[in-house]
Amino acid sequence: MAEALLTLEGVHTYIGQYHILQGVDFTVPRGTMTVLLGRNGAGKTTTLRTIMGLWKPSRGKVIFDGAEIGGRATPDIALAGIAYVPESMGVFADLTVRENMVLAAQKGAPDAARLEWIFGFFPALKRFWTHPAGVLSGGQKQMLSIARAVVEPRRLILIDEPTKGIAPAIIENMIRAFTELKRDETTILLVEQNFRFAQALGDWAVVMDDGRIVHRETMAELSADTATQTRLLGLSLETHG
Amino acid sequence: MINAVLSGDLPRSRVLSAALVVILVVLASAPFIFDGAQAINTSAKICVFIVLVASYDLLLGYTGIVSFAHTMFYGIGGYGVGLALYGWGATWSSAATGLVLALAAGIVLALVIGLFSLRVRAIFYAMVTLAVASAFAILAGQLSDITGGEDGRSFRVPELLRPGFRLIDAPVLGTQITGRVIAYYIVFVSALVLFLAGLRIVNSPFGRVLQAIRENDFRAEALGYRTVYYRTAANCLAAGMAVLAGALNALWLRYTGPDTTLSFAIMLDILLMVVIGGMGTMYGAVLGATLFIVAQNYLQKLMGTASKATEALPLLPNLLHPDRWLLWLGILFVLSVYFFPTGIVGKLRQRRG
Repeated sequence: MAEALLTLEGVHTYIGQYHILQGVDFTVPRGTMTVLLGRNGAGKTTTLRTIMGLWKPSRGKVIFDGAEIGGRATPDIALAGIAYVPESMGVFADLTVRENMVLAAQKGAPDAARLEWIFGFFPALKRFWTHPAGVLSGGQKQMLSIARAVVEPRRLILIDEPTKGIAPAIIENMIRAFTELKRDETTILLVEQNFRFAQALGDWAVVMDDGRIVHRETMAELSADTATQTRLLGLSLETHG
Repeated sequence: MINAVLSGDLPRSRVLSAALVVILVVLASAPFIFDGAQAINTSAKICVFIVLVASYDLLLGYTGIVSFAHTMFYGIGGYGVGLALYGWGATWSSAATGLVLALAAGIVLALVIGLFSLRVRAIFYAMVTLAVASAFAILAGQLSDITGGEDGRSFRVPELLRPGFRLIDAPVLGTQITGRVIAYYIVFVSALVLFLAGLRIVNSPFGRVLQAIRENDFRAEALGYRTVYYRTAANCLAAGMAVLAGALNALWLRYTGPDTTLSFAIMLDILLMVVIGGMGTMYGAVLGATLFIVAQNYLQKLMGTASKATEALPLLPNLLHPDRWLLWLGILFVLSVYFFPTGIVGKLRQRRG
């Protein structure tokens, strides 16, 4: 396995009085896509938000490229090279598509060649470049949310359920985009319920349940093992195409 | 050229553009087209409030910060210039020193309040500003040896701004160029420059980050922006603009006191002007301030005329009596919020869309 870029060691996170993450341990190898799977309420989104510093872990370590980032402020974590695509997309509706992209660029104006590369996957963003992001459809907002995360090369991208409620044609474009990112050896941690999407892209599968990691193997192994899929995820490829 | 002056933020509505041009032309020529003190006073007040409301829009409309301390900064500007001119003599250097000290005090206070309380939830920040502003108003009222207490301070302004001063002997376009006319143009030009500066701020990359914070502060943080710093910077900029508006007001009135600067009623007026004009638009400050102040000053007169005209009818003359002007202003406000929930500017821009 490649060297770990991100490691979680015994991470516990509370949201109010609720003990959501109960000792999460896993690693994200450098240059690969790790898919975090699990039933609703297993703690997948909380894991991403804890890595991003939006929730503070009460115990345990979050180690990014050798440095502990567990107690650091969210902007510092973002500036360390971690991009986050939340499930809610979080586009700034009153700002134009262009302004959304400019805000996401940490090193000045976005690079023109990089933008053209992004428009190749998500042409709607070019069409609506000067329009407020609020007028975009749900799928287009998701494109913008992902485009913001990749407007500059990032060391790690956290993506939370990008396919939720999105049209199949857009999902195909997402698969192309993520495949390209993987070719560039970008490290991605993806939370996903759409198993076919996860299977198409993932190198590693990590399964969560009740705030803990309960299973870890390569995506190829999990794809071949329908019994484990049914037992851990309550799904099978036949029912979740 | 116009695009550059307006920082690329054009009105985006013909009706709005026309209204803005009319307001600009009327305010620019007010001393030449109006007779009598009331119209000029109203025009000067509109200029001052455009700056004050625009600076509050920077906070509320663009950054999503609810503050009740805006009149405190307005008061700091008024007292800074007023007390300097009162205590150190009616010279330009006194006014300038007072202004610089007021600006420094206002910005430092905004910085302290911001750094200590902008981390907490919006409602707590609003409460903190309310408490600080109330304490400041009480302090200004009680330190009567310095501030003149509840009576405030009347002071002399530099000779150039006095009513008896004549710039040239012959009238220009039928108007004598007195110190009052010069004072009016200082207020007008300063307000115009400050408004355009506000427009530049909100359309800068800094302004875009403020808007992003208003929409989704967690998301802005996840993009790498330290929201507390940006909020505090916006707080300081808005406070600085309010200080300057207070200084202009004091120079125009030649008086400073709690009723004209620190009262909670003024804070409510500012809020109403922002909401009526349209939050997060800057141009809303121009329309909101103009409509509100014109209504405040002329609604009573209009109602007096209407009351006399309907003398023969039952009930109506009573309802239209000038003493009921606040009732009608309230009804106008409720109707405007009902019909224009995004403010007049928002509605005009929607119509275009």
